[in-house]
Amino acid sequence: MELDNHPCPPALGPGAQGLDVVVTSVASDAHTWNLIYLQLLLEELGHRVTNLGSCVPDQLMVDECRTRRPDLIVLSTVNGHGLNDGRRVIGQLRDCAELRTTPIVIGGKLGISGAEQGSHVGELVNAGFDAVFEDSAGIVGFHEFVRALPAARRALPAGGLR
Amino acid sequence: MTPPVLPAGSFGGFVQAARRSGHLVVQPRMGMSDPYLMREGLLATRRADASTVGTITLDSYTRVGDHEAARRALAEGVPLNGYPIVAYSTATTRAVTDGIAGTGFPVQVRHGSAAPQDILEAVVAAGLTASEGGPISYCLPYSRTPIEQSVANWEASCAILARLREHGAEPHLETFGGCMMGQLAPPGLLVAISVLEALFFRQHGLRSVSLSYAQQTHPEQDEEAVTALGRIAAALLGDLDWHLVIYAYMGVYPRTPGGARLLLQEAARLAVRTGAARLIVKTSAEAHRIPTIAENVTALEAAARASEQVRPTASVQDTGIHQEALGLVQAVLDLDQDLGRALTKAFALGVLDVPYCLHPDNAGQARSYLDSAGRLHWSDTGAMPVRGTGRGVGRMTSAGLLGSLSYVQQRFDRLAVETAGLRQLTSPAPQKEYAR
Ligand code: B12
Repeated sequence: MELDNHPCPPALGPGAQGLDVVVTSVASDAHTWNLIYLQLLLEELGHRVTNLGSCVPDQLMVDECRTRRPDLIVLSTVNGHGLNDGRRVIGQLRDCAELRTTPIVIGGKLGISGAEQGSHVGELVNAGFDAVFEDSAGIVGFHEFVRALPAARRALPAGGLR
Repeated sequence: MTPPVLPAGSFGGFVQAARRSGHLVVQPRMGMSDPYLMREGLLATRRADASTVGTITLDSYTRVGDHEAARRALAEGVPLNGYPIVAYSTATTRAVTDGIAGTGFPVQVRHGSAAPQDILEAVVAAGLTASEGGPISYCLPYSRTPIEQSVANWEASCAILARLREHGAEPHLETFGGCMMGQLAPPGLLVAISVLEALFFRQHGLRSVSLSYAQQTHPEQDEEAVTALGRIAAALLGDLDWHLVIYAYMGVYPRTPGGARLLLQEAARLAVRTGAARLIVKTSAEAHRIPTIAENVTALEAAARASEQVRPTASVQDTGIHQEALGLVQAVLDLDQDLGRALTKAFALGVLDVPYCLHPDNAGQARSYLDSAGRLHWSDTGAMPVRGTGRGVGRMTSAGLLGSLSYVQQRFDRLAVETAGLRQLTSPAPQKEYAR
């Protein structure tokens, strides 16, 4: 455990190779500043990001994630339909054998009535997400979550862990 | 070359009448999925102590054409971020507006769709005649639809509205082009896209339009931009009924109620100073969630009060926004006789290029920055025929981006704390209201 007050957390330690990350919105959400922000943040931490952009249809998200087999999938949505869109699309992602154990998280403004203080978390985790991060307060927890992921899962022997 | 005579009850006619009597028309961004609430919201807007027009803002599923998802959400009781006008029957929407919308209270439908034909059919079927958008502004920030397809969709959409004239109505369309991405687009580009979309509407049969401009980061720069928009509109749209509409800040909004109010008041001043006829407000809930009806009414009345304390300014400085916008408009018009084709080519060639826009048809070479005084400038102009400042700004970082996006939020939240602090100098117990 470390207490990190550094404004810009250090990138990966020596030898680490960084993760392949897919950042994506959901089908109904057009907001993109959140996506650009998360992409920059992850790149600064030493990871490689594919940004699928806004209004990503479920099938496109599933296809992209299946072919890319990323180490982490980050869904970001702020239009207030996140709970509804999230629990629908996570089922489709988890239905793919390739994505059954891939870390998949969701964050942003997930409902339409504001700081719901975790009221969505249980439901989204039950639906299949590994973690849920609410709005700007979620960024700290997200940092910790990403840092704790084993780097470069891709370097593992084929078939390992998946 | 004379503007059309507007029938009573038309959106354009209502706004012109208010303007003649010296009132700024104020309008909410209001939309709820519960039809009873939607009706209540329209009623509350009409009753507000201000010169108002009503709004039905549509939800995200309807915007992307997924009416099945909207129906499912309604069936499951999932609240949406707007009113799903296509998923509901015409009878339901007529019940929402019955006895409220009409002469003395026009209602506009605001959506955000690059393929709005079914939306506008529903609008027309419900007896409404005013909407907003445009082939560029409702495509780039709102969809993955290719621009060429959005242009075709918007031609068809204009035709749906223009048809209403056969029945004695005067349909109205507002450009959303003055608000690309909500924030960080330099004013010259916003003015140009707003004008080009108004010209597109005219080419496709609309005779009553409004041109939007979203408040940005610096009041004087905004005044110059809106003045330029008005000058260009007057020069190019003399045969139409037109007015200017200001949007209260469309980027990251102040988080405190005080900061939100101060920013809204500044938007109202911008509208009156520049001779705009209408203002679309933002509420104190903006940074957090969909606002309540009461929060909308509070914002409408606060904006109206603020507008009563200012007069139009005679002159503004000229830093070149008018020239930049006119140059962009001309460069696009030169590409093709047909505006839809000209706009499509303009984006393909990078003659128009929206900074930080991820849409595949946007060149994505242009970049902007805020100077220390809060003015927006180009740091990279890509292939656009505009002059940059030649100032490279280095690599954008997540913290730098968040800083630029939050500039207005921070300034106004700070201002609110200071204002509150001054007021409390005379009272012993400091409130914690603004500490978050
Ligand atoms: C700019 C903006 C727009 C622009 C977007 C331009 C673009 N292409 O991005 C425009 C004008 C086009 C727009 C449109 C709409 N918008 Co809007 N928009 C905003 C606004 C003002 C700022 C958003 C922003 O840029 N933030 C900057 C980025 C960097 O931050 P962020 O998105 O807030 O994300 C932060 C956190 O949430 C977190 N985060 C986000 N995702 C994730 C994911 C993970 C894993 C983690 C860890 C963290 C995280 O990180 C970020 C930094 O802290 C907000 C209100 C506000 N905040 O002031 C409304 C807002 C998000 N919009 C809203 C809505 C509803 C819409 C519309 C549906 C229209 C409508 N009905 O009102 C449409 C979208 C259409 C659609 N199909 O979805 C609502 C959402 C309501 C809710 N959730 O309760 C808001 C809150 C406004 C409101 N109060 O009504 N919008």
